[in-house]
Amino acid sequence: MPEMVLLGDEALAMGAIDAGVSAAYGYPGTPSSEIMEYLQAAAPQYGDFLAEWCSNEKTAYEAAVGVSLVGRRVLISMKHVGLNVAADPFINSALLAIHGGLVLAVADDPGMHSSQNEQDSRFYADFARIICLEPRTQGEVYAMTREAFEVSEAFHIPIMVRLTTRIAHSRAVVQTGERRDQNPVNKSTEKAGWMLLPATARKLWAELLAGQGKFLEYAESSPYNSLELNEKFRDFGVITAGLGWNYYMENRDELPVHPSHLHISVYPLPVQKIRQLAERVERIVVIEEGFSFVERALLGVLPPSVKISGKEDGALPRTGELTPENVRGILGLEPKQGIDVSGIEVPGRPPQLCAGCPHRDSYDALNQALAGFDPKLVTSDIGCYTLGYLPPHQAIETCLCMGASVGMAKGAAQAGFHPVVAVIGDSTFLHSGITPLVDAVASEANMTLLILDNSTTAMTGGQRTILTSSRLEKLVHGLGVDPDHVKLIVPLKKHTEENSGVIRREIGHQGVSVIIALRDCIQTLKERKKKEAGQ
Amino acid sequence: MKYDVILAGVGGQGVLSVAAVIALGAKKNGLSLRQSEVHGMAQRGGAVQAHLRLSDRTIVSDLIGKASADMILSMEPIESLRYLEYLKAEGVLITSSDPVKNIPNYPDLEGIYSRIRSLPSTHLVGAAELAQAAGSARSSNMVMVGAASTYLPVEEKYLLAAIEELFSRKGEKVVETNRKAFQAGRDTQASAG
Repeated sequence: MPEMVLLGDEALAMGAIDAGVSAAYGYPGTPSSEIMEYLQAAAPQYGDFLAEWCSNEKTAYEAAVGVSLVGRRVLISMKHVGLNVAADPFINSALLAIHGGLVLAVADDPGMHSSQNEQDSRFYADFARIICLEPRTQGEVYAMTREAFEVSEAFHIPIMVRLTTRIAHSRAVVQTGERRDQNPVNKSTEKAGWMLLPATARKLWAELLAGQGKFLEYAESSPYNSLELNEKFRDFGVITAGLGWNYYMENRDELPVHPSHLHISVYPLPVQKIRQLAERVERIVVIEEGFSFVERALLGVLPPSVKISGKEDGALPRTGELTPENVRGILGLEPKQGIDVSGIEVPGRPPQLCAGCPHRDSYDALNQALAGFDPKLVTSDIGCYTLGYLPPHQAIETCLCMGASVGMAKGAAQAGFHPVVAVIGDSTFLHSGITPLVDAVASEANMTLLILDNSTTAMTGGQRTILTSSRLEKLVHGLGVDPDHVKLIVPLKKHTEENSGVIRREIGHQGVSVIIALRDCIQTLKERKKKEAGQ
Repeated sequence: MKYDVILAGVGGQGVLSVAAVIALGAKKNGLSLRQSEVHGMAQRGGAVQAHLRLSDRTIVSDLIGKASADMILSMEPIESLRYLEYLKAEGVLITSSDPVKNIPNYPDLEGIYSRIRSLPSTHLVGAAELAQAAGSARSSNMVMVGAASTYLPVEEKYLLAAIEELFSRKGEKVVETNRKAFQAGRDTQASAG
């Protein structure tokens, strides 16, 4: 079998390719972006499939459901908070008669390396009552992605493959297998299977619940949920999930004996295997990456028959990632001793906007325009420009979720506050900023929207924005913003004075103003020039 | 055999290329590997690290534990100290001596050098100068791979083959510059004796 060195994200993409995927949709988001990037880079080499970024995770998911309906296999990729955006089609699609295999790859970011929260997508899979697969090695990412398509078609449900940062962004050697052919176009014949009218939805919901037994049987019998029993050692047993396995195994050989151990990679929770373990030990140690999903299920509400230890009782840290060293305490192992690092203080080196970044000039102009207003409110959003919160600019005050800058500004303005400026990037605007701008126009909110248009999704690696800059202005006009108060500026140092004047005048306008600050991302521009020079 | 390396630097210094070269070389050498990277927000001129684990057996964890690394390989002097708690007592610290001063409170450099030299096993490399001599300042990171190469459990020929493979799409000249940079870095170890 061929061997490849792949990131977890790339292994997932390769698994989908070899499973005969026909289409893949997604929206960029760390740590999931490399799934689609790999598919796009691999497409010419591995054949005829579509790999496409969409406006947001919801539109990506809906397109995927269409692919499944006509019988072909489809992958959707996103980060954990992206699933909040796609939650509506996701939860509902569990009721549908999924036809072509539909696999949702979602990458969680415990530790919040590049995210607003560290939510655990396993709760979403449970909420939707579907199967979730959680690989712990890059090889398993490949194999389980392939399996996910099979299972999706066998049970007619979407399957979630959950990654976390350290597997998504870690490379290892992966053994790949034979490529399966794509499904032909073959529309589903389940007439009522795609219609969520109350009458049909009730029936489909009952069917999904009736299928739970089969899902459980699949999880119970999966070799990925492996139980090793040590009948001679009863003090404690171990349950690992996700990368908890990796960190436990890294330390296990230092234990005097190997305790009984259940690893969970396939959900719903394999209850029989958990009970088998619980019968043999006095205490269960739960080591799982993410929230305490398994642990809370074991704890329940009534007193458990065995002591449960993990994140809920504080034996493991409740926030952030697991590591090889922070799981040692719960296993009764001492910390390792290394070099004496006392007296060494290294100053922090936070990420910052690049030299030559257009956002720097936009923020200079904005700060200048707002000088003299006290108090003022500048709401903002998600992207490189969120770094404008930090020195030297300290230009923005809020970051909630994609598109929230616009809605929050509208709310604050309607509550009677002035001046209010919302700052959003072009990709974020197209993702979730359009609908709140429609609201703002409809209610004639007294606010100014500054769209930082660098023609890219910069933070996640410079993916092309879904609409070109030339169409952005027309879009804003089309939403009903008064054309006299839609302004274009070019954020360059030499224009700062002029640009701040434009912003200041629009802040003075009673109603919605939109200013588009248009200049290419310096990184994307460099890449493009390099490519053009190469051709 | 197991060999764990913490790679450190500042976003844009080519830390991930260092990881990629050593990882590919190790694979060609028949070793198993895990290489964990930081992407996204952390890359924008901020502190960047990667964990690289090599072994002749199966590796289970993507991350290296504290007090467990055999080597810290850094593209920047203060970044080499940031992850010192990961180094095992007998581990080696190899770093470029060239500072990246993109923060207002950059500490006194001589103090940093002397703290580095006070560690049991260290090697400071004037990478930028050697890279310039090899043909491009951008190849500093390959100077550092060269400087690390005498410690790594990967044969020189496999590292060179990895450089060739990874840089080949950028043209023969870039390959040659990086090969020379690697050699210059490796020679600093020979002269250190």
